[in-house]
Amino acid sequence: MSSRYLLQRLGSLLLVLFGVSILTFAIIPLIPGSPARVRLGVQATDETVAAVEKQLGLDRPLTTQYVDWLQGIVFRGDFGRSLINDKPISAEIARRLPATLVLAVAALLVGLLIALPAGIASALRPGGKLDLGVSVLSQIGVSIPDFWMGILLILVFAENLQWLPSSGFTSLNEDPADWLRHLILPAVTAGIISGSIMTRFTRSALLEVLHRDYVRTARAKGLTERVVVVKHVLRNAAISIATIIGLQLATLFSAVVVVEIIFSWPGLGSLALQSTLQRDYPVLQAAVLMSAMAFAVINLLTDLSYVLLDPSIDYA
Amino acid sequence: MTSPEPTLYRSPLKDFLRRFLRHRLIILGSIIILSLAVIALFGSKLAPYDPVAMNFAERFATPSLRHPFGTDEFGRDVFSRVLYGAAVSFKVAFIAVAISGTAGVFLGAVAGFFGRWLDEVIMRFMDILFAFPAVLLAITVMAILGRGVGNAMIAIAIVYAPIFARVTRGAVISVRGLEYVTAARALGQQDGFIIWRHVLPNAIGPIIVQTSLSLAFAILAEAALSFFGLGTQPPDPSWGRMLAEGRGFLQQAPWMGIFPGLAIMMSVMGFNFLGDGLRDLLDPRLKQVLSANR
Repeated sequence: MSSRYLLQRLGSLLLVLFGVSILTFAIIPLIPGSPARVRLGVQATDETVAAVEKQLGLDRPLTTQYVDWLQGIVFRGDFGRSLINDKPISAEIARRLPATLVLAVAALLVGLLIALPAGIASALRPGGKLDLGVSVLSQIGVSIPDFWMGILLILVFAENLQWLPSSGFTSLNEDPADWLRHLILPAVTAGIISGSIMTRFTRSALLEVLHRDYVRTARAKGLTERVVVVKHVLRNAAISIATIIGLQLATLFSAVVVVEIIFSWPGLGSLALQSTLQRDYPVLQAAVLMSAMAFAVINLLTDLSYVLLDPSIDYA
Repeated sequence: MTSPEPTLYRSPLKDFLRRFLRHRLIILGSIIILSLAVIALFGSKLAPYDPVAMNFAERFATPSLRHPFGTDEFGRDVFSRVLYGAAVSFKVAFIAVAISGTAGVFLGAVAGFFGRWLDEVIMRFMDILFAFPAVLLAITVMAILGRGVGNAMIAIAIVYAPIFARVTRGAVISVRGLEYVTAARALGQQDGFIIWRHVLPNAIGPIIVQTSLSLAFAILAEAALSFFGLGTQPPDPSWGRMLAEGRGFLQQAPWMGIFPGLAIMMSVMGFNFLGDGLRDLLDPRLKQVLSANR
């Protein structure tokens, strides 16, 4: 990979993140009404609101506020304080970002557990009964609303069978077994959808390789079908499958927002909704900014991994 | 008047229609969407009950002939509410995609046709919007605009406009250098006219596909926003809201959550089928790959 390409990508990432920070900062000025009023409640007099605005620095020019806000985040990891409970937001973010990442990765694993066997099996006999069944199921999986599936899974596995907790979170250090029990339903909810998408990609990636000349050659020279599939087909399809995995991780980072909310999973998505409903705008800003940053970084890493994995792509 | 079909020339439109009618995925998708559209248009006449009329004598009635989908905690008929909800979902989805498509296609066409700094500025801005996870961006826009159906449409439109811009830009770039565009220019035609008359019609395929797929996303997004309590407000029946209400009574009355969810899934599936099928039909490269596999 040429270093020029890398620098160019990093440059455009920084540019995008700069834009993201401006839009995120703009949330508070764009919202009608003052954050000071959220903190004080509706009964506060105009004088006390003005005093608190001054204390929060909201009377300064917007550019000054923006520079201060960004400097705090970049140099001190300081996102300010919550309007509702006055706690530092950075502590909340530090707790929630890992939870979102864990859920996204767990969902990706569930998705792969579905997609690889299903995709490979249906590609080996295209047009067969299994292929048809898999394609119907993956079509349903793609169309099913994640919040609805979450509710159905809660109904079956938490309320009726009582195998798993319906919501909440235990920290990994406290009780690993309970942590896992809480993780399963949210990860499966997000994983089924992502698995359905990846099944299609795995199938078509394999089908494409199966029609290459070297596969015919391998068969012609008398290799068993098993060896042909494992050594020649899977290995060559692995590159395109790997790139889909990266893309899916980024997609999942967005998709788990809904799943977090259903299962009260303490991630950035549920924080964003909660702060929106409570009108705790500085917290919303922090949650959105961190999600967008993580999302952009995952996307960049995915792009870079294409280049590393596939020698035929060269962005010189 | 008879017009015998020429043996050598087949009209592209007729050819397209013939293939359209033979494509199973498209047929299935169209049937689903047409039936849901009929429900959306005439649901208020088909519904056996008033969707907001409460009847405490019949709370949590199980599905039966009287109430095919059961009743909810206020004794409201779930079947009637699902029928009314179709109108809400489709209205929000179509208006949101119309706004999003118009804005996205305009920006993408301008960026792709004129290139240079205009392209840079527009597409960098789209990249910035793209950098937000979709659902979070929608929630954030709702935080700024406030709750309600109208604002949900705007939020959904903002989230999906960048996709239209990208798709359109790509398609426009692929035709803008072709000879007939140069010829139009040589004739002294205005840029706006060239884009509208010559470039966009030849870039329309991917835009149509994207419209169908976006309608699927928009139905999901509206349901999600209403589920969170940000979109449609009570007592209006909306599939997302009904799911949220049904969630509290899962054990007691699972039908309250099951039927609106099924309705969402059917609509999303219909638009996905149609979009996937159209992509098959309209993208010649993909078709070659598919027929090579057959």
